[in-house]
Amino acid sequence: MNALRNVSALVEKEWRHYFGSPIAYVALTIWTLLFGAFYVLVFNRFLEVSMRSAQQMEFGGAPKLSLNEWVISGVLQNMAVVALFITPMLTMRLFAEEKKQGTLELLATAPITPWEIIFGKFLGALSLFALMIAAGLVNFVLLWQYTTVSPEWKPVATGALGLLLLSACFIAVGLFVSTLTRNQIVAGTVTFGLLLGFWILGWMDDPSAGPVTRVIAYLGLLPHLEQLMKGVLDLKDIVFYLSFAVLGLFLAHQSLESQRWRA
Amino acid sequence: MIEVENLTKRYGRHTAVDGISFRVNKGEILGFLGPNGAGKTTTMRILTCYLPATLGTARVAGFDVFEQPLEVKRRVGYIPETPPLYPDMDVHSFLDFCAKIKGVPKGERKARIDDAVEKCRVGDVRRTLIGRLSKGYRQRVGLAQAILANPDVLILDEPTAGLDPKQIIETRELIKGLGGDHTIILSTHILPEVSMTCGRVVIINKGKVVAEDTPDNLMHRMQGAATLRVEVRGDAAAAESALRGVPGVLAVRTPATPSSGAFEVESAAGTDVRADVARAVIDRGLDLVGLTQAGMSLEEIFLHLTTTEPVHGDVPPATTEMTA
Repeated sequence: MNALRNVSALVEKEWRHYFGSPIAYVALTIWTLLFGAFYVLVFNRFLEVSMRSAQQMEFGGAPKLSLNEWVISGVLQNMAVVALFITPMLTMRLFAEEKKQGTLELLATAPITPWEIIFGKFLGALSLFALMIAAGLVNFVLLWQYTTVSPEWKPVATGALGLLLLSACFIAVGLFVSTLTRNQIVAGTVTFGLLLGFWILGWMDDPSAGPVTRVIAYLGLLPHLEQLMKGVLDLKDIVFYLSFAVLGLFLAHQSLESQRWRA
Repeated sequence: MIEVENLTKRYGRHTAVDGISFRVNKGEILGFLGPNGAGKTTTMRILTCYLPATLGTARVAGFDVFEQPLEVKRRVGYIPETPPLYPDMDVHSFLDFCAKIKGVPKGERKARIDDAVEKCRVGDVRRTLIGRLSKGYRQRVGLAQAILANPDVLILDEPTAGLDPKQIIETRELIKGLGGDHTIILSTHILPEVSMTCGRVVIINKGKVVAEDTPDNLMHRMQGAATLRVEVRGDAAAAESALRGVPGVLAVRTPATPSSGAFEVESAAGTDVRADVARAVIDRGLDLVGLTQAGMSLEEIFLHLTTTEPVHGDVPPATTEMTA
């Protein structure tokens, strides 16, 4: 009960920072603009391809194109990459600023545990991301409104969930990096570098590669989205994302505690 | 209320706090005095569970700072040297946030905030962003934060640093008013602050306790010999020999600038030579223009205890900061 109150107090405080400064507005604006832009681009491409495919049908047939696979999954995959760019901006200040301002001392001498502080900050950033994802999903409402064959809702839901899980991992990495320095720019840059690294790891995912390469490639964050984008809720992917995020938060906890002992 | 035993903190090879012990009773205001880098802040950080000690124990209200940090934190209000504030929050929402994480129950929150705001006189800036406040207001918001949850113990690290003289006086009065209800440890390197606000003083230097007593007792104890300041107008040499001739006088220091005619006369402790000194000067046909008892000031004691150099006439005036 106390833990819940402490965590929610911190979430509220993070929201005050996000919305009391331009950060939240900048992030929301860039995100929704890019979401809309990708949506228009992907949708136009879809129209073009399905037109051509309809012509081919007369000569014996190409497979029917799905809105889900082409448009929704396509946009969400692109937004995963946008998330990678936006996350450092949202996470770099989480601990670096508290350290620089000396307010970490306020939090550390209040009757709350380090885990409550970490969870509060994590959920604060994650809920802002949830808001961003929800704002983007509004675009898809048009698909139900104006198409003859409505898309399936399930891949949309699992795709959005996948995007949220992915951003949870991104935030956990950013939160951990932010505990290491009092300089926000350093925190942001290192976070961005690490996330880019995890993105590139996914490219190594090749069925013909050796076992070591495949294990490393498994750590790539993006390939785990694939099944979720198709509407398949595979426990394997969810466990992967959750354990990745928990590992990041655990490292943040260890980093804060070890600094206390070394200080 | 606070028991510190053999507390030691090492940073690598450097020992910041070296086996200090002291106690603070309930309702007492303890002055924690020492030059910069003496280990005041480190000790306070250990007491507030911000840093773990290397050796030794500290208990606040019977709870060990290492074993039961949450219980200790619940009972301690703390202001670090620079008050920890969020510049992008207004005063009210900052205090509201602090009340929440300090575990003030929802029903009492408003009353506690109102009380702290009133006591620290920040009512007129309640809706102002903290980033726009002056240093004095920030310090007061910091203090409001510390007393918010009505803690048994207040730990204040240099609460008057960087304030203007008027604000310093106001802050001291505020702290004095808080004593009694709260047990207070106040660190400072400004000496008058201690004699004005504190019931007892612990002087630390290089991580060790060098003296512990009431400010008055400290002054008495250090006055092994009483010193008189005697101002004489007339022939300096004649004046000196007259003063030396007074029975009970141990030493006479001649004035730094001969024209001032200000001599320092040391006599054995417990003897009052003022009447004899006055008579001796006048009998020589010289003018006695001033005669004052120069007790050893807290500054002198402080310098005496924390420096190896002997202290003589060149003591700074009583309101300056010691940065030795």
